[in-house]
Amino acid sequence: MSDEYENKSGYQAQSSETISGDSPGISPDMDYVRPAENAEQDLYHPHSFIEKWVFCQDAKVIGVQYFLTAVFTGVVGLILSWLMRLQLGFPGLAGFITAEHYYQFVTMHGMIMVVYFLTALFLGGFGNYLIPLMVGARDMVFPYVNMLSFWMFFVAVAVLMASFFVPGGPTGAGWTLYPPQTILEGTPGHGYGILLMLISLALFVIGFTMGGLNYMITILQARTRGMTLMRMPLTVWGIFTATVLAMLAFPALLVSSIMMTLDKLLGTSFFMPTILKAGEVLEYGGGSPILFQHLFWFFGHPEVYIVALPAFGIVSDLISVHARKNIFGYRMMVWAIVGIGALSFFVWAHHMYVSGMNPWFGFFFASTTLIIAVPTAMKVYNWILTLWRGNIRINTVMLWCLGFIVTFVNGGITGIFLGNVSVDVPLSDTYFVVAHFHMVMGIAPLMVIMGAIYHWFPLVAGKMLNEKLGKWHFWTTFLGAYSIYFPMHYLGFIGVPRRYYEMYDSPYMTSGVGLNEFISTAAFIVGAAQLILVFNIIKTLKTGKKAEQNPWKANSLEWFTSTVPPEHGNFGDRLPVVHRWPYDFNVPGADEDYLPQTAAPSEVAHTEVEKT
Amino acid sequence: MHAGIIFLLVIIGSVLFHIFTPWYWTDIASNWQGMDDTITLTFWVGGGVFVAVCLFMVYCVFRYSYKEGRKAEYKPEDKKLEKILTWATTLGVAALLAPGLIIWNQYVNVPKNALEIDVMAWQWGWQYRLPGEDGKLGTTKVTNINDENPFGINIDDPFGRDDVLVQSDYINLENNKPVKILLRSVDVLHNWYVPQFRSKMDAVPGIVTFYWFEPNKVGEYEVLCAEYCGVGHYAMRGGVEVQNAGDYNKWLSEQETFDELIAKNELEFENKKLAKNNNLNLNKDIYKEE
Repeated sequence: MSDEYENKSGYQAQSSETISGDSPGISPDMDYVRPAENAEQDLYHPHSFIEKWVFCQDAKVIGVQYFLTAVFTGVVGLILSWLMRLQLGFPGLAGFITAEHYYQFVTMHGMIMVVYFLTALFLGGFGNYLIPLMVGARDMVFPYVNMLSFWMFFVAVAVLMASFFVPGGPTGAGWTLYPPQTILEGTPGHGYGILLMLISLALFVIGFTMGGLNYMITILQARTRGMTLMRMPLTVWGIFTATVLAMLAFPALLVSSIMMTLDKLLGTSFFMPTILKAGEVLEYGGGSPILFQHLFWFFGHPEVYIVALPAFGIVSDLISVHARKNIFGYRMMVWAIVGIGALSFFVWAHHMYVSGMNPWFGFFFASTTLIIAVPTAMKVYNWILTLWRGNIRINTVMLWCLGFIVTFVNGGITGIFLGNVSVDVPLSDTYFVVAHFHMVMGIAPLMVIMGAIYHWFPLVAGKMLNEKLGKWHFWTTFLGAYSIYFPMHYLGFIGVPRRYYEMYDSPYMTSGVGLNEFISTAAFIVGAAQLILVFNIIKTLKTGKKAEQNPWKANSLEWFTSTVPPEHGNFGDRLPVVHRWPYDFNVPGADEDYLPQTAAPSEVAHTEVEKT
Repeated sequence: MHAGIIFLLVIIGSVLFHIFTPWYWTDIASNWQGMDDTITLTFWVGGGVFVAVCLFMVYCVFRYSYKEGRKAEYKPEDKKLEKILTWATTLGVAALLAPGLIIWNQYVNVPKNALEIDVMAWQWGWQYRLPGEDGKLGTTKVTNINDENPFGINIDDPFGRDDVLVQSDYINLENNKPVKILLRSVDVLHNWYVPQFRSKMDAVPGIVTFYWFEPNKVGEYEVLCAEYCGVGHYAMRGGVEVQNAGDYNKWLSEQETFDELIAKNELEFENKKLAKNNNLNLNKDIYKEE
């Protein structure tokens, strides 16, 4: 948006007669869009089944591949969570869950859900599918590297899953992998398990870098004519900023993985001080366990926003489309995304208030952490202000968005407890933390993923998902998940520590037994409720209603492809030309309640559009 | 319409749950009431925002549900409103941050009269060391640790000789007397945590970390390890008994000092040597007899 935006003039209302003639009232370059600077991309079209569906270079297919692989890991993570809840709610009922197994489940669940499920799903899945479509490109700028990115991810997942089958089983070091215990006896999977985990993470980072470079460069260099940065859908802004964060944060994970591998295999002491185990002094000395924590959280905190920012972006678009109203405060939203992304590199040590680092850091990191609450709150206000005076379709997609707002605000506010250094002291390492991060970066992004599935399924598959099943799916998932995590905070108040295989009969814990049974039961139901979605998808693919083009009457480019579902190359013979932002809903004077980004000003000259 | 009602019930349910929950703080038994108070304050402010945002959302769902032909408002921005919201949020956040930082300042500044206690952690257990009559703890080294010197005290350090050693998961504390917990670990991360005292800090191998509190309620409390430390983490429990000065001093006088341990060890060593010699002699005798 330019400065002209200020005077609210834009294109004034003009009667249709004025444009029909060659009236001097209209400037001739009203529809002017700068010419293309680059020649069109050459695409490598597949010649065989394998090139089309396996080693495919089409970002859309790669997106679906990423999506399905990530969902597979997510299902594994879900099953692990069931096993954990079985032990916590009904200790001893499943005799095969030993303490070793429990800690392996905890570790694998955490790592899978954060890295291999959420990150891969948002950036690899939605990023690949949506970026070229939304910015009006034929494909990613480096399709071959993009293909390699997915297969590297696939190998990383295979290595991770292989760790379930090696002697000693997968690592049980907790997803944070804090040394020294990670690589010492006394932790399950301290031999092969941890090595495979570290190798898998390294592969993931390498693969992700290939994909990430693609996302960034495609967004910066391959946007279609007229698609200025400030006309991009917020989905693209969210994914773009998250990718930049990932490019800066993942190297910290990579180096810490490599350093720990060296500590494990070659006996270096990056993270290993002098250690006495079973009466013997080990051959380590001088390393710092806290150094690892700094490296890990320098990756780990931006990682939270790598998941959250795409979710912010996507939910903004979904809310706007289904409330039939422009997103409120677009510029504020963009700057909030960028600002949160930048700030996220200065808050990492709020995970380490009681880690034994110099306690004076606490002042700095508490301040930066609470500052980040301001742009985040602005985003929340803008979402609900988008609903205000809208014309809201209460369909399945919107329900997921509303569910997101409730869970995200809830989880965001408990974040203010934990970020506020001295309040964190009693709550850290308790179930309050578990409840907080599941609410804010588990359930809230999941709500967005689900909303996005219902929203874009017609585009990807060409058929409309069943609304009734969708609503059942939403309400069981939302109400179930909320009743898992909302009461869980109160276990943390009692003081119940996390990562406890068994509480025995600690006096203050006995009151929580019933609560734990309830939470576990809810967890089983919520997990099982996801079958509704599976059923819905199968049923829809078989017998579902065929989707018309642009069924939601949205404005962004992905709905204006030459075919539905879009083919390789996306837009047929001619790339679309963009004349406006994607949020022109219910523009005064317009015939329909939406104006696609491709609508030229001269076609809708009788509307009072604010210039974007 | 249904959606709005269910969301409304979720919000009302959350508030009611908070008011009537049987699961809440374990009664505090230390000086960190300020932490609880800041949590309460955060609940009021944060809870207020949560309820306000969600109620506004529910209102929108009721009021602006889709009607064919209705026009949504077209207003991309409202500078004034956005400014007001930004500043109000900043103010609210600052109001929460201030008490948090003030209490943190108290947390990192240990009172001069605090009793220093060395808490030593390993997989999976605790033991404790108190300063002797000189009021100072002797220095330690991991590599010194052995059966005769379980705390790894430097033998040459004169401050260490009178240190009181508690080779048990259980320790006693004097009521209303501040203690500075000095944490060290010989193997992996641990964390000495008593929910009733509200405070905690990781024990990190290679360095000594600290925190302080002042117990103010006589009673027995369970100690939990609060930092994951391997497969025995959940079983790494201990105990604290807070006593009045009289009982505490009686308990303290019954504990062994490092000097006493050394003497005992030497005695044992002598006895062993003697026994060994006797054994040898005995063997010799047997040999002779044969």
